[in-house]
Amino acid sequence: MTEKTIYELSQPGRQGVRFPESDVPEQALPDAFLRTEINLPELSELDVVRHFTNLSKLNYSIDGGFYPLGSCTMKYNPKINEEVARLPGLAHTHPLQPSVTVQGNLYLMHTLQEYLQEISGFYRVSLSPAAGAQGELVGALIIKKFHQINENYKRVKILIPDSAHGTNPATSSMSGFNVVPLPSDERGNVDIEALKTECDETLAGLMLTNPNTLGLFDENVEEVIRLVHEAGGLVYGDGANLNALLGILRPGDVGFDIMHFNLHKTFSTPHGGGGPGSGPVGVAEHLAEYLPSPIVTIIDEGDDETPPLFDFYEPTLSIGRMKSFYGHFGVHIRAYTYIAMHGIKGLRDIAEKAVLNANYLMTKVKQDYKLPYDRTCMHEFVVEGAWEDIPEVHALDISKRLMDYGFHPPTNYFPLIVHEALMIEPTETENKDTLDSFASALKAIAKEAREKPELLHGAPFTTPIRRCDEVKAARDLVLCCWIPE
Amino acid sequence: MYTPHTPQEIEEMLRVIGVNTIEDLFLKVPERHRFPELDLPEPLTEMEASAELQEIASANASTDDFVSFLGAGAYNHYIPAAVDMLLRRGEFYTAYTPYQPEVSQGTLQATFEYQSLMAELTGMDISNASHYDGATAAAEAANLAYHFFRGKSKKVLVSRAVNPQYRETIRTYMQGLDDVLVEGDDAETGFDPDMQSFIDKIDNNTAIVIVQYPDFFGRTIDYTNLVEFSHQKGALVAFVFNPTALGLLKPPGEFDVDIAVGDGQPLGIPLSYGGPYLGIFTTKQKYVRKLAGRLVGETEDEEGQRAYVLTLTAREQHIRREKSTSNICTNQGLMALAATVYLSLLGKSGFKQVANLCYQKAHYAAEQIADLPGYELAFPETPFFHEFVIKTPKPADEIIHHLQEHWILAGYDLSQTYSEMKNHILVAVTEKISKFEIDEFVEALKEVNHD
Repeated sequence: MTEKTIYELSQPGRQGVRFPESDVPEQALPDAFLRTEINLPELSELDVVRHFTNLSKLNYSIDGGFYPLGSCTMKYNPKINEEVARLPGLAHTHPLQPSVTVQGNLYLMHTLQEYLQEISGFYRVSLSPAAGAQGELVGALIIKKFHQINENYKRVKILIPDSAHGTNPATSSMSGFNVVPLPSDERGNVDIEALKTECDETLAGLMLTNPNTLGLFDENVEEVIRLVHEAGGLVYGDGANLNALLGILRPGDVGFDIMHFNLHKTFSTPHGGGGPGSGPVGVAEHLAEYLPSPIVTIIDEGDDETPPLFDFYEPTLSIGRMKSFYGHFGVHIRAYTYIAMHGIKGLRDIAEKAVLNANYLMTKVKQDYKLPYDRTCMHEFVVEGAWEDIPEVHALDISKRLMDYGFHPPTNYFPLIVHEALMIEPTETENKDTLDSFASALKAIAKEAREKPELLHGAPFTTPIRRCDEVKAARDLVLCCWIPE
Repeated sequence: MYTPHTPQEIEEMLRVIGVNTIEDLFLKVPERHRFPELDLPEPLTEMEASAELQEIASANASTDDFVSFLGAGAYNHYIPAAVDMLLRRGEFYTAYTPYQPEVSQGTLQATFEYQSLMAELTGMDISNASHYDGATAAAEAANLAYHFFRGKSKKVLVSRAVNPQYRETIRTYMQGLDDVLVEGDDAETGFDPDMQSFIDKIDNNTAIVIVQYPDFFGRTIDYTNLVEFSHQKGALVAFVFNPTALGLLKPPGEFDVDIAVGDGQPLGIPLSYGGPYLGIFTTKQKYVRKLAGRLVGETEDEEGQRAYVLTLTAREQHIRREKSTSNICTNQGLMALAATVYLSLLGKSGFKQVANLCYQKAHYAAEQIADLPGYELAFPETPFFHEFVIKTPKPADEIIHHLQEHWILAGYDLSQTYSEMKNHILVAVTEKISKFEIDEFVEALKEVNHD
């Protein structure tokens, strides 16, 4: 089942949307550099609507089914968020309007900053980073600048546990640091002895994901932070897994210096088929002036008669600007709404049910799949998608076969420290029936792996297309509807 | 609340897990910090939240209330209804990065079409799947050049007529790389249309030269010499372009630039107070392996059906980790879809028409303002597209404030970012502005001078 491309559907002379004729006297076009040709497709409005509707039907989505993609927190995206983000009074404001005309926006951003501060235990939050990876870049640049301001030029080393997301080392090298991987111990925690040997005068900081990518709460977290601080380093918290900690633990309280939030994971804003995300960053008090600009602040408290007046503030030691304007405001609106609808009890309920769901599913799945770190998990867990007695079956085969059972596969081959990893994150919005069906599907697949492995190797059979030739894609490199000359 | 658990189910699940209470699942969390009391307001129901957000929105005045001549990086264009209706399909917006091609052909093919449209629009060979916005795409261009020369060319030259926020963002991204110099945008080098004092700075140590087209002041500068000279010196050249302008103007590819980046917001994306927008990144085929971000390629499935997959993933952070050139993963998928739908709906003739309407109306407005006593165009000799700079007889903030009271947003006060440009306003005109509104704008400008 495939769909033609918009260029294949195009018919010369067709037009979708029309615009009014010009109402001003005809102006001469410039003499120089006029464009001669622009080969855009020509379609009717229905052609376009049908084309993209047909394409949408080829996608798996949260609205359509269970999406246990580990580390991505594919929870339900509430519809009210979509509606309020489109209110014209919000969506039709220009970023350079005078601040007195957009006090609603500034109030919302300021309140969201405060909510995130309260939830995380950090002193100040900047909403500007565009995604989690950009939040990490903020963190690494703050670490860099902090040591520069304190004239510690020798601090060039960032420690990163071997279970970390690939963005952590990539971010560190973008920021000019040397990356030193830290091993995990047999319980999946940071190896304390290995950490101690790296705590020297070249240490700039440590990037720590907690719960880590194995879905485990690091039992040594306070000691890890203490050791890094004693050595003069800063501790960056990767907030990718914050969903497990809402109302449970504030990372700021245990001594993290910096952390990014993923609004598109923890706070239910949609993933959009690959963005937009939003990656606000929180910092402890001693780093408040390093945050990226601008930050919303109250410039006049107001009184009983007049509301407070909000405006932007540029921190004095700021690492600078991360992007145009103030971050993904449309995403901020959704996250604000989500938090406002939950309150303290609701937020804790999110984490509790996310952890309940993960442990329930883990208990069922480990009957048939090896669980390398067998202890209570947080919001997700990692099993091996392979068995010693059937070496020809891989995690990828299990993932592909899950599609035939109507599920989106878990994250494959990550974290790197687990052999043939299947990383499963059910999230709190899934009900028990769904978890039971998913566990049954995994059980059935484990049986098929032994009895009819060809079903796994050939899978998926029921999807719009079958397995793809990825080698051909990389070799031929066809990246457009036509091949460049 | 979006958690579906009944008390009976919770009990059953805890029994299966083998614990008594949900709290028992959190025993590894340090006890003294466990279950903090948060100071948050009482939760709202959906109905209350809806009302509260309406109230917040009503504390704003938007471009629906004002006649807006604000541009400077974000443009108020008409967005056909079908764009958002298609974006609202849950199959698109509640999916994620298409790691599993068998169940993600919708996102993958739409991204492939986006890449095709961007390559066509810019006249470049290839496009990636997007960056966060135009500013970060420009920073990634500098990043690409730095890695292309393996750190041996240290200079990033940026024209002062590049959007000031883009220049700031490039500096933020480059600060981690200790030996990189970002320069060329000081007041002394200036922004004369002949670019000579800027071109003089290009040398053998220059990794990349970044200019804007049309530039931040709306001017369409002839960069032919600049590109040629940069290449002679071995430097790459990047244009920061406005996509609407490319409906009328020669595309960056015809200037032989190495990289063309821009913000795709004008292509069907609401102003939304500055984001989320769309970073367009296009380049020549020869840089494909240095390119950051996601790429979709065409291939076949086992049955020989055409199919699309994420390709050249070995460049990216999740494989190369500290050796990758960028850390980007999540990008602007849904915004790229908006641009794809927008350009498909407008098509060849509609897109050209929008570009022409912007041009016509902007030139009419400029002509009328230039005729007003006390006002003049700051660059009367330089061609422009849909944005231009006016010199005002009074301080810009005074004029902007006065017009605001007449429900007109007069434009961007350039003295905020260019100390040498006191009494200068950057005015943008799009197809949404009528002749009547331009005439009222001109009338209000005339009036404020008389007050």
